[in-house]
Amino acid sequence: MYPTKYHKPASIADAVAALNGGDEAMLLSGGQTLLATMKQHLAAPSDLVDIRGIAGLSGISANGNELTIGATTTHAEVAGNVDVRRLCPALADLASGIGDTAVRNMGTIGGSIANNDPAADYPAGLLALNATIVTNTREISADDFFEGLFATALDEGEIITAVRVPAPSKAAYAKFAQPASLFALVGVFVADSGSGVRVAVTGAGEDGVFRHAGLEAALTGSMGDASIDAVDISDGNLISDIHGASDYRAHLISVMAKRAVLSL
Amino acid sequence: MSSGIGASVKRKEDKRFTTGKGKYTDDVRNDNQAYAAFVRSPHAHARVKGIDTSAAMAMDGVIDVLNGQQLTGDGIGNIICGWAITSKDGSPMNMGAWSALATEKVRYVGDAVAVVIAETQALARIAAEAVDVDYEELPVAASVLTSMKDGAPQIHENAPGNQIYDWELGDEAAADAGLASATHITSLDLTNNRLSPNPMEPRSAVAKYDDAEDHYTLYTTSQNPHVARLVLSAFYNVAPEHKLRVIAPDVGGGFGAKIYIYPEEITCLWASMKTNRSVKWTSDRSEAFITDAHGRDHVTSAKMGFDDAGKIVGFKVDTIANIGAYMSLFSSSVPTYLYAPLLSGQYNIQNIHCNVRTYYTNTVPVDAYRGAGRPEATYLVERMMETAAREMGMDPAELRRRNFIQEFPHQTPVLMQYDAGDFPKILEMAQETADVAGFPARRAEAEARGKLRGIGYSTFIEACGLAPSKAAGSLGAGVGLWESAEVRVNPVGSIEILTGSHSHGQGHETTFAQVVADRFGVPIENVQIVHGDTDKVQFGMGTYGSRSGPVGMSAVAKALDKVEAKVRKIAAHALEASEDDIVIEGGEVKVAGTDKSMAWHEVGLAAYIAHNLPEGMEPGLKESAFFDPVNFSFPSGAFICEVEVDPDTGTTEIVQFTSADDFGTIINPMIVEGQVHGGVTQGIGQALLEQVVYDEDGQLLNGSYMDYTMPRAADVPSFHVQHHETPSPNNPLGVKGCGEAGAIGSPPAVINAITDAIGTNDLAMPATPQAVWRAIQAGAKSVAAE
Repeated sequence: MYPTKYHKPASIADAVAALNGGDEAMLLSGGQTLLATMKQHLAAPSDLVDIRGIAGLSGISANGNELTIGATTTHAEVAGNVDVRRLCPALADLASGIGDTAVRNMGTIGGSIANNDPAADYPAGLLALNATIVTNTREISADDFFEGLFATALDEGEIITAVRVPAPSKAAYAKFAQPASLFALVGVFVADSGSGVRVAVTGAGEDGVFRHAGLEAALTGSMGDASIDAVDISDGNLISDIHGASDYRAHLISVMAKRAVLSL
Repeated sequence: MSSGIGASVKRKEDKRFTTGKGKYTDDVRNDNQAYAAFVRSPHAHARVKGIDTSAAMAMDGVIDVLNGQQLTGDGIGNIICGWAITSKDGSPMNMGAWSALATEKVRYVGDAVAVVIAETQALARIAAEAVDVDYEELPVAASVLTSMKDGAPQIHENAPGNQIYDWELGDEAAADAGLASATHITSLDLTNNRLSPNPMEPRSAVAKYDDAEDHYTLYTTSQNPHVARLVLSAFYNVAPEHKLRVIAPDVGGGFGAKIYIYPEEITCLWASMKTNRSVKWTSDRSEAFITDAHGRDHVTSAKMGFDDAGKIVGFKVDTIANIGAYMSLFSSSVPTYLYAPLLSGQYNIQNIHCNVRTYYTNTVPVDAYRGAGRPEATYLVERMMETAAREMGMDPAELRRRNFIQEFPHQTPVLMQYDAGDFPKILEMAQETADVAGFPARRAEAEARGKLRGIGYSTFIEACGLAPSKAAGSLGAGVGLWESAEVRVNPVGSIEILTGSHSHGQGHETTFAQVVADRFGVPIENVQIVHGDTDKVQFGMGTYGSRSGPVGMSAVAKALDKVEAKVRKIAAHALEASEDDIVIEGGEVKVAGTDKSMAWHEVGLAAYIAHNLPEGMEPGLKESAFFDPVNFSFPSGAFICEVEVDPDTGTTEIVQFTSADDFGTIINPMIVEGQVHGGVTQGIGQALLEQVVYDEDGQLLNGSYMDYTMPRAADVPSFHVQHHETPSPNNPLGVKGCGEAGAIGSPPAVINAITDAIGTNDLAMPATPQAVWRAIQAGAKSVAAE
């Protein structure tokens, strides 16, 4: 990789200062995407600001029916946490299926959603669960946060500190993995908040994670896999690549949605 | 007996491998170490108009930037293909020039045009990006179907229409007549998917020039260091053989990709002389995808004819093979002599004809990969048999049985003379273990769960230990295919075996020692295997084509014969007995029927002290031998695969995989079982997961593990492996070779199982979920249950 300057600030303020102090500084959380990209010379940050040493950014707490997950909490921690298992087991399941063991032990929820890979799992979960992304400057709803391929609402120098997730009455995630990377070829997260159903799809959209209005309407009307058959899943705006054409992905959205519903 | 032939001895080498103490090429660090990084073409086909190295040269720590004009100016020769193939019209193959560093043109993405030598690896890579190459892009032929078309971009001037040769084997008129007499003809169009070999250890080279001695040392990731030295000396003019030492230390997998001499080793040696520094290059995984020789990549149309009784009466094959941008070391032999002679399979077929045309493309060179030609032949023959059985409404096992060769030796119409085998027996063993009789019930049970269950066979033959040298030479091979061994019994009785075979993971340090332990009854701890160093071992042909057992061990056995003969003489003399009465067992040399004996080490000592040797005998106890087999060896196998397909997604799960192999004599069953597991897993990788994909511009679309799917543990079942031993009559140990069988036999078994499950004969590898789902959508089978 290209030479870079490594920082390990102890506070958000120091992290912001380090971010603003470098020409092309980047945050390092779990590093599961960024470090690989740097090794391939595809990223060349002047400064790496490692936020894992900042007190309070890691860990999970439950307040009534709401989970707060610190930004540097690893996937393995989310997968194994008793409060997540109790209030939102679908999110724990999702975390347990990210990458492989090494990735889950290093990768973090904040890093994942800040990167917003169009095939990452967390964006589907947080979008369907109507989560709130908390930063050092504000709170952003998941609907507003995920803007497109590798694009988010984060401003320059803005740092995710936590994610707040309201417990659904029921939820499930079904993922069909791209066989090489184990990212989602198609992942569908179905969440019933009690007052409505939200369905988010990852891996398939040309603009990244998206909510599927047709599926939401059908499942709000009647929560059952039979409802899905009647939904027209268009392959417009879906990805076609060497792993799956858009029509196959459209078909998988239907299949994964059914599987999620059947496991609710 | 506990550590002799047939014992599952734990591997001696695994202590260092499993504790991180193996010593690989990249672990070599010389005092004056510098690092190389290659400037590689981002274009698949382009003219090199200029190379501006000034920015790179100006960087602190950059020692030199060298290019192809300098390389050829210093007399470094072009890279050659070592097997000459003659086209059917009698013309020689059209081999295009391949310079280690391209001079006028680049012909694939990754083709090296310059090399940066710098103080650190990181700096070398950054400086390589600063080298400014002026390219004039040319039209690209990224697939063989494109490059063979009229008007396709011309890749090498001396290969008109990009064709390298148009070769045939067998009697076309006889095959046509056989097909004309057939009552049923099965036709298939198949592709054999292109694969990237992916050994765990990437390639690496460390070159060190000693200017005081004018001597070169090359550490390299090689399966055959002596061949590397020979070729580097004789063809590339890097240094004469006696001034070049090649050392291949521990090698972490190869699968064929580490047979060949690549541009990087040549360049590192030359650059070491130019800079008077030790020069190291180690590939990363991304570089491996665009520089390691790929495998397979065939397109084939074939017809097989049957008579009323289901006997094969004719087989005609037309194959187009992709050689890539340049002819790698053995590339020409893979789609010809390693392919067409295997088209008879386990079957008595009198009339076979095969036509093979090979073409250049703007892709990474293609060469031998685990199995090399034999998987391509097996895939064709075994899909043909299964398809024909379905078309004729016959049980696929029964169709095979009707055509099995039952008498040996058997001469096929495609060069091979099979030595031994028992094909009905291994099929029966596999069927019993796989509980074929219970399959209908398992299928019904799966259907109740919404899954499509299928079963598929592959009964295959392969040919290992390519031989003899004279025959190989007559077919165009540029080298002999024998092996050498030297047995040194030390004065204390411990034994060193020097062998020209070289392990890249096979466990030679254990199995070769077992052969010695078996002969003399000495513990394998007292036997040391020396290999991989041209200064220690006089010569050898290396390890590929499952040859280390049938050829390498046979050379050891031959040298052991000579040692044994001398031991008998020494002991007979010392014990005042007849040589014929000497028995060697359990570490003792005894006179049969008496209590007279010498300990093994006492004989060794006697040989070196030389106080009491037979009149005229030379002191010492060291013998060598060269073994040139009279024929190939012919391992055979019967594989049965059972799959369940999820019709909703097209996902295939391999639920049962049974193998019954005939490897002849087995030295170490545990190691052989491991070879079967690994080989079958690679075959499953080819059948379900792996395929190198280029776009039309010759850009590799899946050059990383994020997109190229390697098999993982969860992709394979727990294998049922069994053996039936019919010893090869053509070598002293009766061994046949086991390294490739799994990769050769398994792909058609997997595809036959899937096509059985979904009810089609039209499915290509890799059978990804999408491909299987599409086959189902195309009407292969209506889905019973959701």
